[in-house]
Amino acid sequence: MEIVVCVKQVPDTTEVKIDPATNTLIRQGVPSIVNPFDKNALEAALQLKEAYGGKVTVLSMGPPQAKDALKECLAMGADAAILISDRAFGGSDTLATSYTLASAIRKLGNCDIILFGKQAIDGDTAQVGPETAEHLGVAQVTYASRIEVSGDVARIERESEEGYEIIEVKLPAVVTVIKTLNYEPRYPSVKGTMKANRAEIPVWTAADLTVEEGRLGLKGSPTQVRNIFTPPRRVQGVIIARDTAREAVAELLQKLTEAKIV
Amino acid sequence: MNFVMTPEQESIRKMVREFAEKSLAPTAAERDEKELFSREIMDQIGELGIFGLPYPEEYGGAGSDFVSYAIAVEEISRVCASTGIGLSVHVSLCAWPIFKYGTEEQKQKYLRPLAEGTQLGAFGLTEPNAGTDAAAGSTIAVKDGDSYVINGSKVFNTNGGEAEIEVIFAATDKAAGLKGLSAFIVEKGTPGFTYGKKEIKMGIRASVQRELIFENCRVPAANLLGKEGEGFKIAMTTLDGGRIGVAAQAVGIAQAALDAAVKYSKERVQFGKPIAANQAISFMLADMATKLDAARLLTYRAAYNKSNHLSYSKEAAMAKMFASDAAMSITTDAVQIFGGYGYSREYPVERLMRDAKITQIYEGTNQAMRMVVSGSILR
Repeated sequence: MEIVVCVKQVPDTTEVKIDPATNTLIRQGVPSIVNPFDKNALEAALQLKEAYGGKVTVLSMGPPQAKDALKECLAMGADAAILISDRAFGGSDTLATSYTLASAIRKLGNCDIILFGKQAIDGDTAQVGPETAEHLGVAQVTYASRIEVSGDVARIERESEEGYEIIEVKLPAVVTVIKTLNYEPRYPSVKGTMKANRAEIPVWTAADLTVEEGRLGLKGSPTQVRNIFTPPRRVQGVIIARDTAREAVAELLQKLTEAKIV
Repeated sequence: MNFVMTPEQESIRKMVREFAEKSLAPTAAERDEKELFSREIMDQIGELGIFGLPYPEEYGGAGSDFVSYAIAVEEISRVCASTGIGLSVHVSLCAWPIFKYGTEEQKQKYLRPLAEGTQLGAFGLTEPNAGTDAAAGSTIAVKDGDSYVINGSKVFNTNGGEAEIEVIFAATDKAAGLKGLSAFIVEKGTPGFTYGKKEIKMGIRASVQRELIFENCRVPAANLLGKEGEGFKIAMTTLDGGRIGVAAQAVGIAQAALDAAVKYSKERVQFGKPIAANQAISFMLADMATKLDAARLLTYRAAYNKSNHLSYSKEAAMAKMFASDAAMSITTDAVQIFGGYGYSREYPVERLMRDAKITQIYEGTNQAMRMVVSGSILR
């Protein structure tokens, strides 16, 4: 079974600073990590390999230093890693990113299952996985907490607020994985760490992929980011409990009047 | 001269630190308080391949070096010194003599599971009346056909009762003194091999030290390690390496104390300012950091020498005595900086101070270390 995991290197914090001029993340001085949900996806991939055999290849699109993230994945047990990196990819939104990733996955060929973390903790869009499925024209299942495979069918538990759905999907398919105890990321081993250290990670540039130039990077990115901010916390409401509804409504009206809302 | 870690050593530090902080830190205080040895933790360390760090891949190891190993002991000990000594004893005192003096058959049978981490190792030399004077022991081994019959006992045996593989020492020729001592590999469960009392200790309370008892314990002659009469040499060269582990353990404990003291002295406000703003405190921190750095450099130098087949007996003794003295002083200062809170079991520094003390004592007291160092320079 050929398993691909797409990972993103992200800053190690959930509330990074935003450059007000460019509306992009200030990455300087913030340590980089593998996006935590992607580690759940990698764990799922490693468990699938252990159960059904095969090979786990990790892909990441990013700057040269994203090799560190890929090495961490190799240390955890991935068999191969490829960095997709080119100045031409700079400024990609989710559409251009998923387009580029899909091209790389096509170049790899013969993938049975393509895993993503449910979202990246920096952009938080949860779009790249599903968009990649669309580019590839394969089925997608999001928010998976368990994946089983028999033949060319995957049986997936998909978490939702009410519980979970069980979805069967024909492979190849894209699956995005949530943080779950089933896929608690394993620690890298000594041997994995040493192997990762010695590994030469191939870099694929735009020239290595069959892509239309206009769909890459900033040019291929219709999304314009106006502003990124943390929404203000909702303050706790006030409960007006009185003996009668009449009294309560009177008090409510008074408060609303004082606050100049009515 | 190069004072920079290799990328391999750097990544092993990162890997072990992540494991220690996520898996050991949450339970370290509780395991100390309740004196709980965790076999599960040792098995996890084994699974991650940390036990095999310095040994060749052909024996199930990772083929790294003793600097990486020292870094691993340091990082584990920074979070839990009890686990640190269990690791050090396994790798340095049990696996190493088998690696160095064992036959190919012994290496495949015993070194491999030790390096792969499927079995736990220990080392038995000390007896009630034979501490620094290791040759004064009364454990004897008598050859009888294809086996040796061992009688006697060992004390303070780290990992004792848990370890599947013990390297122990017994006199095969009592009259020959030092030259009559021999080393044996004894498996847990061998008839006649049982365990006595567990030590109740001041520090490293989550590690286990237990008495070993041999009553007509019959060990196959094939389990003689090295030759008859080589036991003292095997013990001493093994302890040379063990001291690198103890030094690394001391460095880890001291690093934890310094980190805690720096953090606390920046947060603790008295007279309207953090206590770190007082030179009385900041100079203490400066001295602590300097001692720690010196200790770490001595430790890595000894480990480097061992990896590169240079002499390391004197270097390891220097590292062990300096690092352990530094750890005692740094942890004591950390308790002082924490004041009343430092003495309280609610804060971590008192545990570090209790744990530091043993590093001045075991695997050769620091007085014995001075014997080794002075003996080496006066030769």
